[in-house]
Amino acid sequence: MTFKHAKLLLLVALGLSASVPFFAGHINAYWLFISYDIGINIILAVSLNLINGYTGQFSLGHAGFMAVGGYTAAVITNQFGALNSFASGAVFLGALLAGGSLAAVVGLLVGLPTLRLRGDYLAIVTLGFGEIIRVVFQNMNAVGGARGLSVAHGWTNFFWAFGFAAITIYAVTALVHSTYGRGFIAVRDDEIAAEAMGINTTKYKVTAFVVGAFFAGIAGGLYAHSKQFLTPGGFGFMASITIVVMVILGGMGNTRGVILAAILLTLLPEGLRAAAGVEHLPGISREFPLSWVGDARMVIYSLLLIVLMLTRPQGLFSFRKSIYSK
Amino acid sequence: MIEFLQQLINGLAFGSILALIALGYTMVYGILRFINFAHGDIFMLGAFAGFFLAPKIAAVIPAPSIGCGLAVMGLAMAICAVLGVVIERLAYRPLRRSPKLTVLITAIGVSLFLEYTGQLAFGAAPKSFPTLIPVYHLPNLGGLSINSNQIIVLGVTLLLLAALRFIVLKTRIGMAMRALSFNPEAAALMGVNTDAVISFTFGLGSALAAAAGILWAINYPAIEPLMGILPGLKAFVAAVLGGIGNLPGAVLGGLIIGITETFVSGYISSTYRDAIAFAILILILLVKPSGLLGKKEVEKV
Repeated sequence: MTFKHAKLLLLVALGLSASVPFFAGHINAYWLFISYDIGINIILAVSLNLINGYTGQFSLGHAGFMAVGGYTAAVITNQFGALNSFASGAVFLGALLAGGSLAAVVGLLVGLPTLRLRGDYLAIVTLGFGEIIRVVFQNMNAVGGARGLSVAHGWTNFFWAFGFAAITIYAVTALVHSTYGRGFIAVRDDEIAAEAMGINTTKYKVTAFVVGAFFAGIAGGLYAHSKQFLTPGGFGFMASITIVVMVILGGMGNTRGVILAAILLTLLPEGLRAAAGVEHLPGISREFPLSWVGDARMVIYSLLLIVLMLTRPQGLFSFRKSIYSK
Repeated sequence: MIEFLQQLINGLAFGSILALIALGYTMVYGILRFINFAHGDIFMLGAFAGFFLAPKIAAVIPAPSIGCGLAVMGLAMAICAVLGVVIERLAYRPLRRSPKLTVLITAIGVSLFLEYTGQLAFGAAPKSFPTLIPVYHLPNLGGLSINSNQIIVLGVTLLLLAALRFIVLKTRIGMAMRALSFNPEAAALMGVNTDAVISFTFGLGSALAAAAGILWAINYPAIEPLMGILPGLKAFVAAVLGGIGNLPGAVLGGLIIGITETFVSGYISSTYRDAIAFAILILILLVKPSGLLGKKEVEKV
C-alpha cells in the first residue's frame, strides 16, 4: 500500500462513508446489512494482519477480543434509552472506544505472559485464551450467560462500519511504515537476528497484540450493534478461524490482499446461500460473521487453506512482490 | 472419601483416553517438530469407524461380546492408521521444507476439513454408539460405582502402552524413529528411510487415536463429528505438560489433565471444565515450557 496519499485517502474514505447513510433508504436493506459485515470483517482481518502478517505471530484468538469489545459496548449502550441522533452518535462512539480499550487491556494481559512463546505454542495458547474468554462470558449471568445478550440499539451504519474500517487500515499501515514499525517486520523476518540488533522483540509482539485487540474490540462493538444479539458461542474458535482464513487468503502482511479477502469471504456465504436456495433474512441472522450456510462453507474454507498452503503460501492476492515479503 | 475415590477413578479412565491421543501428538512432534492439529479428528473418525463397523461385525460375531469389541477396535485402528498415512502423504509431505507456519496452517485446514466433511457425511446430530462389550457393574464397594467399561479402558490403555513401548524400544523401526527424533539429517545419512519412518509414525499415532475413539465411545456413547476438537486440544495440552516429544511424559500429562478436570468439574463447577486444560497449558508454558519430563531445548542460529 503506497503511503504517500494515505491521509488524503483516509479523509476521502471517511467522507464517502459519512455520505452513504443519507442514501440508505434507497439501498436494498439486505445489501446494506452485508456492507456492514464487510466493514466489520475488514477491521477484523486488517487488525489480525498486524499480528499474524506483519509481526509473524500466529494468533488464533481474535474473536475473543471481539467478544470483549462487543459485550462492553453493548452493556454501555443498553444503559441508554432512545436518544437523538447527535447524542446517540456520541454515546456509540464512546461505547465503541471503551470496548476497544477494554479489549486492548485484555490483549495486554494475554500478551505479556504468552508472547515469549513462539510459533505453534503461541497459536495454541491464543486459542486457549479465546476459549477461556468464551467460557467466562458463558458463566457471566450479568450479560445473559449462554442465553445471550440483546442489544437495544441498532446504531451500526455504513458510516461507522466503513469509517472505522478506513481508520483501521490507516492506523495499521501508518504503524507498520513508521520507523518504529520496522521492528514488527524485523521480528517476523528473523526473531533471533532482530533480538541481536537490540530490538525488544517481546515489546513489539505485545504492541502488535494490543493494537490488534483494540481494533478487534471496536469491530465487536460494531458487530453487536448490527446484529443486536450476542451469544458467547458466536465468538468461538470458528469465528477466529474465519478471520485467520481471510488473512491467509489475502496474503499475510499484504493489507490490500487481506481487504479483498475479507470482502470476498463475506460475500461467499451469501453466494452459497443463494445457490442453496435458502431465504435470506437481513438482520435476523445471529451467527458470526454473517450467517451460517451449512457446513459447506467450512469445507470450502478448509480446502482453501490446504490448497493455498500447498500451492500459493503467499496468499491468493499477492500478485507482485511487496518489499516487505520475503 | 468415597466421592474422592470415585472422582479419581473417573479421572483415571478419562485421563488414560487423553494419554492415548497425546502419544500421537508427541510422536509426530518428536520427529517433525510440528503440531498435527488433525489428530483429534482422527480420534473422532476412529469412533465413527467403530460405529459403522459394529453392525457388520455383529453379524459375524454376536454383539455384545469381548470378541466383537476387539474386532471393531482392531479394524477401526487399521482404518485410521491408513488414513493417517494418507493425510501425511497428501498434505504434510509436500511441505517438508516449508516454514513451520505453513505446515501449521495446513494442519488446521486438514482438521477443519475432516470435521465439516464429517458433518456433511454423518450429520451434525449425535449418534448413539452401539453396545459392543457387555457392561457389568462391580458389586457393592461401599458406595463406589465402578463398571467394567472403566476397567476395560484402563486395561486396554496399559496393553497399548506396553505394545508401543516394545515397538519404540525393541524393534528396528522403533530405533529408526528414535534416531529421527534425535537428529533427522544424521539419521538419513545413516541410511534411515526418513519418509517411511514418518509414515509409520503417523500410522502408529493414528491407530492409538482410533483406539482412544472406540474407548471413548464405549464410555460416553454419543458420537458426533466435532467430538474430536476438545479431547484433541486437551490431549495436546497433556503432551506439552509432560514434555512434548517424550512418550512417558504424554501419558503422565494425560492422567494429570484427566484427573484435574474431573476433580474441578466434580468439586468446583462443571461449566469451567473446558477452560481448565488451557489454564494448565498457560501455567506450564510460563513456568516450565519444556514440560515435566522434557529436556530443555537450546535454539541454535
